[in-house]
Amino acid sequence: MKPAPFDYVAPDTIEEACSVLAAAGGGATVLAGGQTLVPLLNLRMSQPFVIVDINRIAELKGTVRVDGCTRIGPMTRQCEVIADKALARDLPVVVEAVRHVGHHQTRNRGTIGGSIALGEPAAELPATAVALGASIHVRSIRGARIVPANEFYLGPYMTVLDADELVTSISFPDWPKGHTILFREVAQRPGDFALVGMVGALSVEVGKITRVGLAWFGMGPTPIRAKTAEQMLLGQAIGGIDALAVAERAITDTAPFDDHHASAEYRRTVGKRIFARTLREALDLREVA
Amino acid sequence: MSIHHIEMIINDRRHTGDVEARVSLADYLRDDAGYTGVHVGCEHGVCGACTVIVDGKAVRSCLMLAVQADGAEVTTAEGLAAADGTLHPVQQAMLEEHALQCGFCTPGVVMTLAALTGGEKKLSEKQLVAALSGHVCRCTGYQGIRRVAKRLADTDLGDDG
Repeated sequence: MKPAPFDYVAPDTIEEACSVLAAAGGGATVLAGGQTLVPLLNLRMSQPFVIVDINRIAELKGTVRVDGCTRIGPMTRQCEVIADKALARDLPVVVEAVRHVGHHQTRNRGTIGGSIALGEPAAELPATAVALGASIHVRSIRGARIVPANEFYLGPYMTVLDADELVTSISFPDWPKGHTILFREVAQRPGDFALVGMVGALSVEVGKITRVGLAWFGMGPTPIRAKTAEQMLLGQAIGGIDALAVAERAITDTAPFDDHHASAEYRRTVGKRIFARTLREALDLREVA
Repeated sequence: MSIHHIEMIINDRRHTGDVEARVSLADYLRDDAGYTGVHVGCEHGVCGACTVIVDGKAVRSCLMLAVQADGAEVTTAEGLAAADGTLHPVQQAMLEEHALQCGFCTPGVVMTLAALTGGEKKLSEKQLVAALSGHVCRCTGYQGIRRVAKRLADTDLGDDG
Protein backbone atom coordinates (compact mmCIF):
# COMPACT_ATOMS: atom_id res chain seq x y z
CA MET A 1 0.00 0.00 0.00
CA LYS A 2 2.83 2.40 -0.75
CA PRO A 3 3.13 4.26 -4.05
CA ALA A 4 5.73 3.24 -6.63
CA PRO A 5 8.65 5.69 -6.71
CA PHE A 6 8.21 8.94 -8.61
CA ASP A 7 9.82 12.33 -9.04
CA TYR A 8 8.00 15.29 -7.54
CA VAL A 9 7.92 18.84 -8.84
CA ALA A 10 5.87 21.73 -7.50
CA PRO A 11 5.91 24.57 -10.04
CA ASP A 12 4.80 28.12 -9.21
CA THR A 13 3.21 29.01 -12.53
CA ILE A 14 0.90 27.48 -15.13
CA GLU A 15 3.62 27.85 -17.81
CA GLU A 16 6.12 25.96 -15.72
CA ALA A 17 3.59 23.19 -15.00
CA CYS A 18 2.80 22.86 -18.71
CA SER A 19 6.52 22.64 -19.57
CA VAL A 20 7.03 19.84 -17.05
CA LEU A 21 3.98 17.97 -18.35
CA ALA A 22 5.21 18.31 -21.93
CA ALA A 23 8.75 17.24 -21.06
CA ALA A 24 7.49 14.13 -19.25
CA GLY A 25 6.01 12.84 -22.51
CA GLY A 26 2.93 11.27 -20.95
CA GLY A 27 4.64 9.96 -17.82
CA ALA A 28 3.45 12.75 -15.54
CA THR A 29 0.30 13.13 -13.47
CA VAL A 30 -1.08 16.35 -12.01
CA LEU A 31 -1.60 16.37 -8.25
CA ALA A 32 -4.23 18.81 -6.95
CA GLY A 33 -5.98 17.90 -3.68
CA GLY A 34 -4.88 14.28 -3.96
CA GLN A 35 -8.03 12.84 -2.41
CA THR A 36 -8.69 10.62 -5.41
CA LEU A 37 -5.21 10.47 -6.94
CA VAL A 38 -3.26 9.47 -3.82
CA PRO A 39 -5.48 6.41 -3.16
CA LEU A 40 -4.82 5.38 -6.78
CA LEU A 41 -1.07 5.86 -6.19
CA ASN A 42 -1.17 3.96 -2.89
CA LEU A 43 -3.02 1.07 -4.53
CA ARG A 44 -0.55 1.30 -7.46
CA MET A 45 -3.44 1.59 -9.86
CA SER A 46 -1.62 4.69 -11.09
CA GLN A 47 2.19 4.69 -11.42
CA PRO A 48 3.37 7.97 -12.92
CA PHE A 49 7.09 8.78 -13.24
CA VAL A 50 6.54 12.40 -12.32
CA ILE A 51 4.01 14.05 -10.03
CA VAL A 52 3.33 17.68 -10.89
CA ASP A 53 1.93 19.28 -7.74
CA ILE A 54 -0.11 22.36 -8.68
CA ASN A 55 -0.83 23.43 -5.07
CA ARG A 56 1.59 26.36 -5.28
CA ILE A 57 0.13 27.91 -8.42
CA ALA A 58 -1.78 30.96 -7.17
CA GLU A 59 -3.49 31.57 -10.54
CA LEU A 60 -5.35 28.28 -10.21
CA LYS A 61 -7.04 29.20 -6.94
CA GLY A 62 -10.26 31.03 -6.25
CA THR A 63 -13.42 32.07 -8.00
CA VAL A 64 -13.98 35.01 -10.33
CA ARG A 65 -17.09 36.32 -11.99
CA VAL A 66 -16.62 37.38 -15.57
CA ASP A 67 -19.27 38.40 -18.10
CA GLY A 68 -21.98 35.77 -18.09
CA CYS A 69 -20.20 33.16 -16.06
CA THR A 70 -18.41 32.18 -12.89
CA ARG A 71 -14.94 30.73 -13.27
CA ILE A 72 -13.74 28.42 -10.57
CA GLY A 73 -10.02 27.77 -10.41
CA PRO A 74 -9.20 24.05 -10.31
CA MET A 75 -7.14 24.42 -7.10
CA THR A 76 -10.12 25.88 -5.24
CA ARG A 77 -10.70 23.51 -2.35
CA GLN A 78 -14.08 21.93 -1.78
CA CYS A 79 -14.28 23.39 1.75
CA GLU A 80 -13.74 26.87 0.25
CA VAL A 81 -16.65 26.38 -2.15
CA ILE A 82 -18.94 25.40 0.72
CA ALA A 83 -17.97 28.57 2.60
CA ASP A 84 -18.31 30.86 -0.45
CA LYS A 85 -21.39 33.09 -0.01
CA ALA A 86 -21.25 34.48 -3.55
CA LEU A 87 -21.24 30.98 -5.00
CA ALA A 88 -24.16 30.00 -2.75
CA ARG A 89 -26.09 32.86 -4.35
CA ASP A 90 -24.97 32.42 -7.97
CA LEU A 91 -24.41 28.68 -8.30
CA PRO A 92 -26.27 27.05 -5.40
CA VAL A 93 -26.31 23.63 -7.05
CA VAL A 94 -22.50 23.56 -7.21
CA VAL A 95 -22.34 24.23 -3.47
CA GLU A 96 -24.99 21.58 -2.77
CA ALA A 97 -23.11 19.04 -4.90
CA VAL A 98 -19.80 19.77 -3.13
CA ARG A 99 -21.43 19.15 0.25
CA HIS A 100 -21.89 15.55 -0.89
CA VAL A 101 -18.30 15.06 -2.10
CA GLY A 102 -16.40 12.79 0.30
CA HIS A 103 -16.11 13.76 3.95
CA HIS A 104 -15.30 16.90 5.90
CA GLN A 105 -11.66 15.75 6.15
CA THR A 106 -11.28 15.06 2.41
CA ARG A 107 -13.09 18.29 1.44
CA ASN A 108 -10.43 20.21 3.39
CA ARG A 109 -7.87 19.08 0.76
CA GLY A 110 -9.95 17.98 -2.21
CA THR A 111 -10.35 20.43 -5.08
CA ILE A 112 -12.93 21.29 -7.72
CA GLY A 113 -10.48 20.72 -10.57
CA GLY A 114 -9.26 17.38 -9.28
CA SER A 115 -12.75 15.98 -9.20
CA ILE A 116 -13.63 17.47 -12.60
CA ALA A 117 -10.41 16.32 -14.29
CA LEU A 118 -10.31 12.76 -12.96
CA GLY A 119 -13.80 11.87 -14.16
CA GLU A 120 -14.98 9.28 -11.66
CA PRO A 121 -18.39 8.36 -13.13
CA ALA A 122 -20.14 8.34 -9.74
CA ALA A 123 -18.70 11.70 -8.65
CA GLU A 124 -20.98 14.67 -8.08
CA LEU A 125 -18.97 17.49 -9.67
CA PRO A 126 -18.47 16.17 -13.22
CA ALA A 127 -22.24 15.60 -13.50
CA THR A 128 -22.91 19.07 -12.08
CA ALA A 129 -20.64 20.60 -14.71
CA VAL A 130 -22.45 18.64 -17.45
CA ALA A 131 -25.91 19.58 -16.13
CA LEU A 132 -25.19 23.30 -15.85
CA GLY A 133 -23.48 23.52 -19.25
CA ALA A 134 -20.04 24.36 -17.85
CA SER A 135 -16.93 24.44 -19.97
CA ILE A 136 -13.48 23.32 -19.03
CA HIS A 137 -10.52 25.51 -19.92
CA VAL A 138 -7.30 23.61 -20.52
CA ARG A 139 -3.80 24.63 -21.43
CA SER A 140 -0.59 23.06 -22.67
CA ILE A 141 2.59 24.39 -24.30
CA ARG A 142 0.73 23.84 -27.60
CA GLY A 143 -1.93 26.37 -26.65
CA ALA A 144 -5.25 26.72 -24.85
CA ARG A 145 -8.64 25.25 -25.61
CA ILE A 146 -12.13 25.19 -24.12
CA VAL A 147 -14.05 21.91 -23.93
CA PRO A 148 -17.76 21.75 -23.06
CA ALA A 149 -18.18 19.53 -19.98
CA ASN A 150 -20.66 17.48 -21.98
CA GLU A 151 -17.85 16.45 -24.37
CA PHE A 152 -15.10 16.12 -21.75
CA TYR A 153 -15.78 12.62 -20.43
CA LEU A 154 -15.03 9.47 -22.42
CA GLY A 155 -15.26 6.71 -19.82
CA PRO A 156 -14.40 5.92 -16.20
CA TYR A 157 -11.37 8.09 -15.34
CA MET A 158 -10.96 8.85 -19.06
CA THR A 159 -11.33 12.33 -20.48
CA VAL A 160 -10.38 14.21 -23.64
CA LEU A 161 -7.53 15.79 -21.67
CA ASP A 162 -4.19 15.05 -23.36
CA ALA A 163 -1.26 13.97 -21.19
CA ASP A 164 0.41 17.38 -21.50
CA GLU A 165 -2.72 19.41 -20.73
CA LEU A 166 -3.65 21.14 -17.48
CA VAL A 167 -7.14 22.26 -16.47
CA THR A 168 -6.88 26.00 -15.80
CA SER A 169 -10.47 26.83 -14.92
CA ILE A 170 -14.02 25.54 -14.93
CA SER A 171 -16.46 28.07 -16.28
CA PHE A 172 -20.11 27.83 -15.21
CA PRO A 173 -22.59 29.96 -17.19
CA ASP A 174 -24.91 32.22 -15.22
CA TRP A 175 -28.35 30.87 -14.47
CA PRO A 176 -31.29 33.24 -14.03
CA LYS A 177 -31.83 34.63 -10.55
CA GLY A 178 -34.16 32.47 -8.51
CA HIS A 179 -33.64 29.30 -10.53
CA THR A 180 -34.48 26.03 -8.81
CA ILE A 181 -31.83 23.45 -8.08
CA LEU A 182 -32.23 19.70 -8.22
CA PHE A 183 -29.92 17.32 -6.41
CA ARG A 184 -30.35 13.87 -4.99
CA GLU A 185 -28.08 10.89 -4.53
CA VAL A 186 -28.30 7.48 -2.95
CA ALA A 187 -25.11 6.23 -1.29
CA GLN A 188 -24.54 3.46 1.22
CA ARG A 189 -23.06 5.88 3.76
CA PRO A 190 -22.62 9.66 3.77
CA GLY A 191 -19.40 10.41 1.88
CA ASP A 192 -19.40 7.24 -0.21
CA PHE A 193 -19.53 7.44 -3.96
CA ALA A 194 -23.15 7.55 -5.08
CA LEU A 195 -24.81 4.37 -6.31
CA VAL A 196 -27.28 6.57 -8.17
CA GLY A 197 -27.52 10.33 -8.42
CA MET A 198 -29.02 13.19 -10.38
CA VAL A 199 -28.31 16.90 -10.43
CA GLY A 200 -29.47 19.95 -12.30
CA ALA A 201 -31.28 23.25 -12.40
CA LEU A 202 -34.36 24.72 -13.98
CA SER A 203 -35.81 28.16 -14.30
CA VAL A 204 -39.41 29.15 -14.80
CA GLU A 205 -41.01 32.25 -16.30
CA VAL A 206 -44.76 32.86 -16.21
CA GLY A 207 -45.41 29.25 -15.27
CA LYS A 208 -43.31 27.67 -18.01
CA ILE A 209 -39.90 26.07 -17.90
CA THR A 210 -37.60 28.34 -19.86
CA ARG A 211 -34.30 26.67 -19.14
CA VAL A 212 -33.36 23.27 -17.82
CA GLY A 213 -30.12 21.31 -17.40
CA LEU A 214 -30.03 17.85 -15.87
CA ALA A 215 -27.47 15.06 -15.55
CA TRP A 216 -27.07 11.62 -14.02
CA PHE A 217 -24.09 10.28 -12.08
CA GLY A 218 -23.29 6.71 -11.12
CA MET A 219 -25.54 5.69 -14.00
CA GLY A 220 -22.99 4.82 -16.67
CA PRO A 221 -19.32 5.03 -17.62
CA THR A 222 -19.41 8.86 -17.54
CA PRO A 223 -21.71 11.53 -16.18
CA ILE A 224 -24.72 11.50 -18.51
CA ARG A 225 -26.69 14.49 -19.64
CA ALA A 226 -30.41 13.78 -19.22
CA LYS A 227 -31.20 14.98 -22.74
CA THR A 228 -34.55 13.25 -23.12
CA ALA A 229 -35.87 14.74 -19.90
CA GLU A 230 -34.56 18.18 -20.83
CA GLN A 231 -36.39 18.02 -24.16
CA MET A 232 -39.62 16.89 -22.49
CA LEU A 233 -39.48 19.66 -19.89
CA LEU A 234 -38.36 22.68 -21.87
CA GLY A 235 -41.25 25.04 -22.63
CA GLN A 236 -43.73 23.01 -20.59
CA ALA A 237 -46.21 24.56 -18.17
CA ILE A 238 -45.10 23.39 -14.73
CA GLY A 239 -48.65 22.52 -13.65
CA GLY A 240 -49.07 19.84 -16.31
CA ILE A 241 -45.85 17.87 -15.86
CA ASP A 242 -46.09 14.22 -14.88
CA ALA A 243 -42.78 13.76 -13.05
CA LEU A 244 -42.92 9.97 -13.08
CA ALA A 245 -43.57 9.88 -16.82
CA VAL A 246 -40.55 12.15 -17.39
CA ALA A 247 -38.44 9.91 -15.14
CA GLU A 248 -39.52 6.78 -17.06
CA ARG A 249 -38.25 8.36 -20.26
CA ALA A 250 -35.21 9.96 -18.63
CA ILE A 251 -33.88 6.59 -17.56
CA THR A 252 -33.52 5.55 -21.22
CA ASP A 253 -30.51 7.87 -21.52
CA THR A 254 -28.59 5.97 -18.84
CA ALA A 255 -26.32 2.93 -19.11
CA PRO A 256 -25.96 1.65 -15.53
CA PHE A 257 -23.74 -1.30 -14.69
CA ASP A 258 -23.67 -4.18 -12.24
CA ASP A 259 -21.02 -4.08 -9.55
CA HIS A 260 -20.64 -5.50 -6.06
CA HIS A 261 -22.58 -2.55 -4.59
CA ALA A 262 -25.69 -2.68 -6.75
CA SER A 263 -27.12 -4.22 -9.91
CA ALA A 264 -27.93 -2.22 -13.02
CA GLU A 265 -31.59 -3.06 -12.44
CA TYR A 266 -31.42 -1.60 -8.92
CA ARG A 267 -29.79 1.55 -10.27
CA ARG A 268 -32.50 1.95 -12.92
CA THR A 269 -35.30 1.41 -10.40
CA VAL A 270 -33.87 3.79 -7.81
CA GLY A 271 -32.78 6.25 -10.51
CA LYS A 272 -36.33 6.54 -11.79
CA ARG A 273 -37.65 7.08 -8.26
CA ILE A 274 -35.19 9.76 -7.23
CA PHE A 275 -35.52 11.53 -10.56
CA ALA A 276 -39.32 11.69 -10.25
CA ARG A 277 -39.21 12.72 -6.61
CA THR A 278 -36.59 15.43 -7.10
CA LEU A 279 -38.36 16.84 -10.15
CA ARG A 280 -41.71 16.82 -8.37
CA GLU A 281 -40.26 18.63 -5.36
CA ALA A 282 -38.64 21.24 -7.61
CA LEU A 283 -41.89 21.86 -9.48
CA ASP A 284 -43.97 22.01 -6.28
CA LEU A 285 -41.56 24.55 -4.94
CA ARG A 286 -42.11 26.67 -8.04
CA GLU A 287 -45.88 26.40 -7.82
CA VAL A 288 -45.92 27.51 -4.21
CA ALA A 289 -43.63 30.46 -4.97
CA MET B 1 12.69 9.12 -7.43
CA SER B 2 13.38 12.54 -5.98
CA ILE B 3 14.49 13.34 -2.44
CA HIS B 4 13.32 16.54 -0.79
CA HIS B 5 14.47 18.48 2.20
CA ILE B 6 11.45 19.47 4.28
CA GLU B 7 10.79 21.41 7.42
CA MET B 8 7.59 21.51 9.43
CA ILE B 9 6.32 22.31 12.89
CA ILE B 10 4.89 19.22 14.55
CA ASN B 11 3.18 19.70 17.91
CA ASP B 12 4.99 23.03 18.37
CA ARG B 13 8.43 21.53 17.64
CA ARG B 14 10.44 22.13 14.50
CA HIS B 15 11.33 19.01 12.50
CA THR B 16 13.55 18.83 9.45
CA GLY B 17 14.43 15.88 7.31
CA ASP B 18 15.01 14.45 3.86
CA VAL B 19 12.16 12.45 2.40
CA GLU B 20 11.53 10.46 -0.70
CA ALA B 21 8.74 12.09 -2.73
CA ARG B 22 6.42 9.11 -2.36
CA VAL B 23 6.42 9.07 1.46
CA SER B 24 3.02 10.00 2.88
CA LEU B 25 2.67 12.54 5.65
CA ALA B 26 1.32 9.70 7.82
CA ASP B 27 4.45 7.59 7.36
CA TYR B 28 6.71 10.61 7.87
CA LEU B 29 4.97 11.49 11.13
CA ARG B 30 5.18 7.91 12.40
CA ASP B 31 8.52 6.68 11.10
CA ASP B 32 10.66 9.80 10.86
CA ALA B 33 9.21 12.10 13.49
CA GLY B 34 8.13 9.34 15.89
CA TYR B 35 4.51 10.35 16.38
CA THR B 36 2.97 6.89 16.39
CA GLY B 37 -0.34 8.32 17.59
CA VAL B 38 -0.98 8.72 13.88
CA HIS B 39 -2.66 5.41 13.06
CA VAL B 40 -2.46 4.05 9.55
CA GLY B 41 -5.48 1.94 8.69
CA CYS B 42 -6.70 1.70 5.13
CA GLU B 43 -4.11 3.96 3.47
CA HIS B 44 -6.60 5.17 0.91
CA GLY B 45 -8.58 7.79 2.73
CA VAL B 46 -11.57 5.77 3.84
CA CYS B 47 -11.09 4.85 7.51
CA GLY B 48 -10.03 8.21 9.00
CA ALA B 49 -7.60 6.75 11.57
CA CYS B 50 -4.67 8.82 10.22
CA THR B 51 -6.48 12.17 10.52
CA VAL B 52 -4.23 14.99 11.77
CA ILE B 53 -4.54 18.77 11.83
CA VAL B 54 -2.55 20.57 9.13
CA ASP B 55 -2.62 24.37 9.30
CA GLY B 56 -5.77 24.29 11.39
CA LYS B 57 -7.73 21.80 9.34
CA ALA B 58 -8.43 18.09 9.84
CA VAL B 59 -6.98 16.14 6.91
CA ARG B 60 -6.13 12.57 6.03
CA SER B 61 -2.38 12.23 6.47
CA CYS B 62 -2.32 9.14 4.24
CA LEU B 63 -3.60 11.24 1.33
CA MET B 64 -0.98 13.94 1.60
CA LEU B 65 2.67 13.57 0.68
CA ALA B 66 5.15 14.56 3.37
CA VAL B 67 6.83 16.89 0.89
CA GLN B 68 3.50 18.73 0.50
CA ALA B 69 3.52 19.54 4.21
CA ASP B 70 6.83 21.42 3.87
CA GLY B 71 6.39 24.63 5.86
CA ALA B 72 3.14 23.50 7.46
CA GLU B 73 2.09 23.34 11.07
CA VAL B 74 0.94 19.87 12.04
CA THR B 75 -0.80 18.66 15.18
CA THR B 76 -1.13 14.98 16.06
CA ALA B 77 -2.87 13.35 19.03
CA GLU B 78 0.39 13.70 21.00
CA GLY B 79 0.11 17.47 20.72
CA LEU B 80 -3.30 17.84 22.34
CA ALA B 81 -2.79 17.34 26.06
CA ALA B 82 -1.15 20.08 28.13
CA ALA B 83 2.48 19.69 29.26
CA ASP B 84 1.32 18.76 32.77
CA GLY B 85 -0.75 15.91 31.36
CA THR B 86 -4.12 17.66 31.57
CA LEU B 87 -6.23 16.16 28.80
CA HIS B 88 -7.61 18.22 25.96
CA PRO B 89 -11.39 18.75 26.38
CA VAL B 90 -12.03 16.35 23.49
CA GLN B 91 -9.85 13.66 25.08
CA GLN B 92 -11.51 14.19 28.45
CA ALA B 93 -14.96 13.86 26.89
CA MET B 94 -13.90 10.69 25.02
CA LEU B 95 -12.72 9.20 28.30
CA GLU B 96 -15.83 10.09 30.26
CA GLU B 97 -18.26 8.95 27.58
CA HIS B 98 -16.51 5.58 27.02
CA ALA B 99 -16.06 6.55 23.37
CA LEU B 100 -13.24 4.13 22.68
CA GLN B 101 -12.43 0.48 23.06
CA CYS B 102 -9.45 -0.83 21.08
CA GLY B 103 -8.28 2.71 20.36
CA PHE B 104 -7.25 2.27 16.76
CA CYS B 105 -9.65 4.82 15.30
CA THR B 106 -9.48 7.08 18.34
CA PRO B 107 -6.64 9.48 17.41
CA GLY B 108 -8.36 10.26 14.11
CA VAL B 109 -11.72 10.87 15.77
CA VAL B 110 -10.09 13.07 18.39
CA MET B 111 -8.24 15.16 15.80
CA THR B 112 -11.37 15.80 13.76
CA LEU B 113 -13.30 16.88 16.86
CA ALA B 114 -10.37 18.97 18.11
CA ALA B 115 -10.10 20.76 14.75
CA LEU B 116 -13.80 21.52 14.68
CA THR B 117 -14.28 22.59 18.28
CA GLY B 118 -11.07 24.57 18.72
CA GLY B 119 -12.09 27.71 16.83
CA GLU B 120 -14.35 30.56 17.79
CA LYS B 121 -17.29 29.33 15.81
CA LYS B 122 -19.26 26.68 17.64
CA LEU B 123 -20.63 23.86 15.56
CA SER B 124 -23.93 22.11 16.08
CA GLU B 125 -24.15 18.49 17.13
CA LYS B 126 -25.45 17.71 13.65
CA GLN B 127 -22.38 19.27 12.01
CA LEU B 128 -20.02 17.38 14.30
CA VAL B 129 -21.78 14.07 13.68
CA ALA B 130 -21.65 14.74 9.92
CA ALA B 131 -17.88 15.25 10.18
CA LEU B 132 -17.59 12.00 12.16
CA SER B 133 -18.99 10.13 9.15
CA GLY B 134 -15.39 10.34 7.93
CA HIS B 135 -14.31 7.84 10.59
CA VAL B 136 -14.77 4.11 10.82
CA CYS B 137 -14.96 2.54 14.31
CA ARG B 138 -15.41 -1.22 14.56
CA CYS B 139 -15.73 -1.49 18.35
CA THR B 140 -18.01 1.04 19.91
CA GLY B 141 -21.08 1.16 17.72
CA TYR B 142 -20.48 4.92 17.67
CA GLN B 143 -22.90 5.80 20.45
CA GLY B 144 -20.17 6.93 22.86
CA ILE B 145 -18.55 8.99 20.12
CA ARG B 146 -21.92 10.58 19.35
CA ARG B 147 -22.32 11.51 23.00
CA VAL B 148 -18.93 13.23 22.84
CA ALA B 149 -20.10 15.21 19.81
CA LYS B 150 -23.25 16.19 21.71
CA ARG B 151 -21.23 17.33 24.70
CA LEU B 152 -18.73 19.30 22.65
CA ALA B 153 -21.47 21.02 20.74
CA ASP B 154 -23.07 22.00 24.02
CA THR B 155 -19.89 23.03 25.82
CA ASP B 156 -18.14 26.28 25.10
CA LEU B 157 -14.51 25.34 24.67
CA GLY B 158 -13.27 28.88 24.30
CA ASP B 159 -9.65 28.98 23.12
CA ASP B 160 -8.68 25.67 24.66
CA GLY B 161 -8.63 23.82 21.36
